[in-house]
Amino acid sequence: MTVAIVFALLVVGSVVFSLVSPWWFTPLASNWGTIDTTLIITFMITGVVFCALVLFMAYSMFRFRHREGIRAGYEPESGKLELWLTGLTSVGIAAMLAPGLVVWKDYVTVPPDAATVEVMGQQWGWAFRFPGADGVLGAVDPMRIDADNPFGLNPDDPHGGDDVLVEGGEVRLPVGKPVKLLLRSVDVLHDFYVPQFRAKMDLVPGMVTYFWFTPTVTGNFEILCAELCGVGHSAMRGTVVVVEPDAHQPWLDEYPTFAQAVRDTALAEAVRQGNSMNQ
Amino acid sequence: MAQTAIPTGTYDDTDHDEDLGDGHHEPRSFITKYIWSQDHKVIAIQYSITAMAVGLIALVLSWLMRMQIGFPGSLPFIDPERYLQFVTMHGMIMVVYLLTALFLGGFGNYLIPLMIGARDMVFPYVNMLSYWVYLLAVLVLVASFFVPGGPTGAGWTLYPPQAILPGTAGRDWGIILMLVSLIIFVVAFTMGGLNYVTTILQARTRGMTMMRLPLTVWGIFVATILGLLAFPALFVSGLMMLLDRVLLTSFFMPTITSLGERLSYGGGSPLLFQHLFWFFGHPEVYIVALPGFGIVSDLISTHARKNIFGYRMMVWALLAIGVLSFVVWAHHMYVSGMNPYFGFFFATTTLIIAVPTALKVYNWVLTLWQADIHFTVPMLFSLAFILTFVSGGMSGLFLGNVVVDVPLSDTYFVVAHFHMVMGVAPVLVIFGAIYHWFPKVTGRMLNDALGKFHFWVTFLGTYAIFFPMHYLGFVGIPRRYHDFEGIAFIPDSARELNAFITVAALVVGAAQLVFLFNMAWSGFRGRPAGSNPWNATTLEWQTPETPPGHGNWGPRQPVVYRWAYDYSVPDAEQDFLPQNYPRPAGDGLNPEAPPEQGGLLR
Repeated sequence: MTVAIVFALLVVGSVVFSLVSPWWFTPLASNWGTIDTTLIITFMITGVVFCALVLFMAYSMFRFRHREGIRAGYEPESGKLELWLTGLTSVGIAAMLAPGLVVWKDYVTVPPDAATVEVMGQQWGWAFRFPGADGVLGAVDPMRIDADNPFGLNPDDPHGGDDVLVEGGEVRLPVGKPVKLLLRSVDVLHDFYVPQFRAKMDLVPGMVTYFWFTPTVTGNFEILCAELCGVGHSAMRGTVVVVEPDAHQPWLDEYPTFAQAVRDTALAEAVRQGNSMNQ
Repeated sequence: MAQTAIPTGTYDDTDHDEDLGDGHHEPRSFITKYIWSQDHKVIAIQYSITAMAVGLIALVLSWLMRMQIGFPGSLPFIDPERYLQFVTMHGMIMVVYLLTALFLGGFGNYLIPLMIGARDMVFPYVNMLSYWVYLLAVLVLVASFFVPGGPTGAGWTLYPPQAILPGTAGRDWGIILMLVSLIIFVVAFTMGGLNYVTTILQARTRGMTMMRLPLTVWGIFVATILGLLAFPALFVSGLMMLLDRVLLTSFFMPTITSLGERLSYGGGSPLLFQHLFWFFGHPEVYIVALPGFGIVSDLISTHARKNIFGYRMMVWALLAIGVLSFVVWAHHMYVSGMNPYFGFFFATTTLIIAVPTALKVYNWVLTLWQADIHFTVPMLFSLAFILTFVSGGMSGLFLGNVVVDVPLSDTYFVVAHFHMVMGVAPVLVIFGAIYHWFPKVTGRMLNDALGKFHFWVTFLGTYAIFFPMHYLGFVGIPRRYHDFEGIAFIPDSARELNAFITVAALVVGAAQLVFLFNMAWSGFRGRPAGSNPWNATTLEWQTPETPPGHGNWGPRQPVVYRWAYDYSVPDAEQDFLPQNYPRPAGDGLNPEAPPEQGGLLR
């Protein structure tokens, strides 16, 4: 008896909580409003089903509580009812899945005009590489990663010399321009996660993963690591600064290219040779 | 519940004992009776006590974690290393060493032979070995708290490369002990599991057809088959990682520069581990869930005095869920960097599995319709299970739908979801089941007032913990974080909510001590239960002795005439007819009669 009332109150309480809760999506700052929409469709359908089921339970518990002299009914099954319920459930499932798959198609389809930026994760910080003037990222090899060559660039690849290396954990991106992030890791799994962008993806050592988004709001956004990466996991922070498009190149120019970065190291000669082959 | 006259059952006159092995000789000493016992009931109790003891460790670990999350820095010894060690050990203990062991080693062992009318498992000696090997796995696991560097802090998923690299706690000894313990556990599980499946298939008493099995047995049966197919994936992945760690093989290890040092690894794939792990890990969810589904079906039916609605559909749904559970594993890996086109396939299979699962929920709920509901403690826990499971199932539809998972993965939404669906929900079933079967195991009732107190605090407390936690996930707060210092997008109110959740978790944890006290006290001082205090139909309540003696049935095994759900049969004198209660010819209530005659099967 009490439990029937409590069930009904839990439904009411859950609905009220959802309406007045100050805890909701962090404001969106990318093109992925469609993800939020899909999430809200799911929220609505599942919310209605949850309330309906629990209220039905509460009503049954109240109405069919034990009373002296009253015996339960005997009804082993009802094929018709079960068929109806299967059908209705399938429709609800399809209503959630279909928009989800449509948006997923967008998620895995990178627009052809997307700029490419490489994100490099290591315990416990972020670095970035822009393709430079030729628009092509130079070839890399994890066997080459060391203190002088943190990205493991191959000095023999002519595309690598002009790659711009951005260390220090802050990256700037132009607002309104789609960007494809290529993700690499030096050591363990990480995950590039900016809550306001909604999109995220793991960084996996030994392979290059990717995702894309378009920043739509200027400002500073924190990069968090969303895949457990050791004791420094919660301290692995970075910043994405979304800037007006014309402010982007001047910022990038402040950073050294690979050729400049290795000028004083033993790699320099190899890089010069690579560049001359390019010309 | 008032004790009514028990309809007299029928027992088999023929002697089935001639083919039973040496294990069925009556135990003669204390040691063979209670320690090196081959009696399934004793082994079940050994499994259960061990699982609950190790569960207490997990409970304390959850308190410590919550203290750090709710009141950061209040316990200064919880540094990031320790925090992650607590997270890891809590998760692994709860999923594998408590839930799996308790449902299958505990309830499976106790209930299978009794519910199918057998005298014991078919391989009693292997059954005994299974427990002792399980205990060894637990001891190896617990030993990792005492080795240099402590237990592993890699998260219960143990993802390489970090699990075996410096930069993760317990890299020296903890991870090795963890992997060894898991490998031993799989050995123990396999010995138990083969036994359960074989026993259910081979040792059913006369008249106990598969479609007359109680759903508890069906749930344990399907879960065990899943385990036998899934645990080998854990076994090989654990072994391969152990080789990577100890012999520097490179199954999962690509070229890595770890903290400035180039390692000798090369050519391995971290994603391979994730596929293997989740090929085990997703069926594991159902290994924990399906016995719960079965048990709760029987509890609801018994305490609502009504047959379970749609028995055949329930069986088919169990089988469908079991099969589908092997083709959904990569929904744990949507943002892992695997080929993103996998997302289309795994989102579709994952949402399809919701259909048979939803049908089970409908059938539980429809069983309440026109029922005669007794709000006993087992019933309260069963009802709370349904609500909690529905909640957890709904949030699963978010995470299964690939694109909706993207913003929510690795946030507190995930933590809330899996705790609701495979933490709280199965634990509620376990409590309901203990209140239900404790009288059979000990011959005494658990205290009702303490039981109700335990129920209300646990049910409302866990809802207060995990329902608001979903909303922290909507905010985007990442999981497995030692602290949220300086993260600007997290509002102060979220920190307050975390403090509230911690208080609720402390209270819920403390209420479990009341439960332990109730078991200890009632085991000796509880009200004598009689043989069938709930007026239940299934065979375990029809034993000649309570607690059942060695061999369970005295001289004659029971003979089964009907399904497990003949409650409130029209025109019957009592509101229940035990499975071994003979059927008058042509009563039309035979489950195997055609449906138009009120039966279930053609």
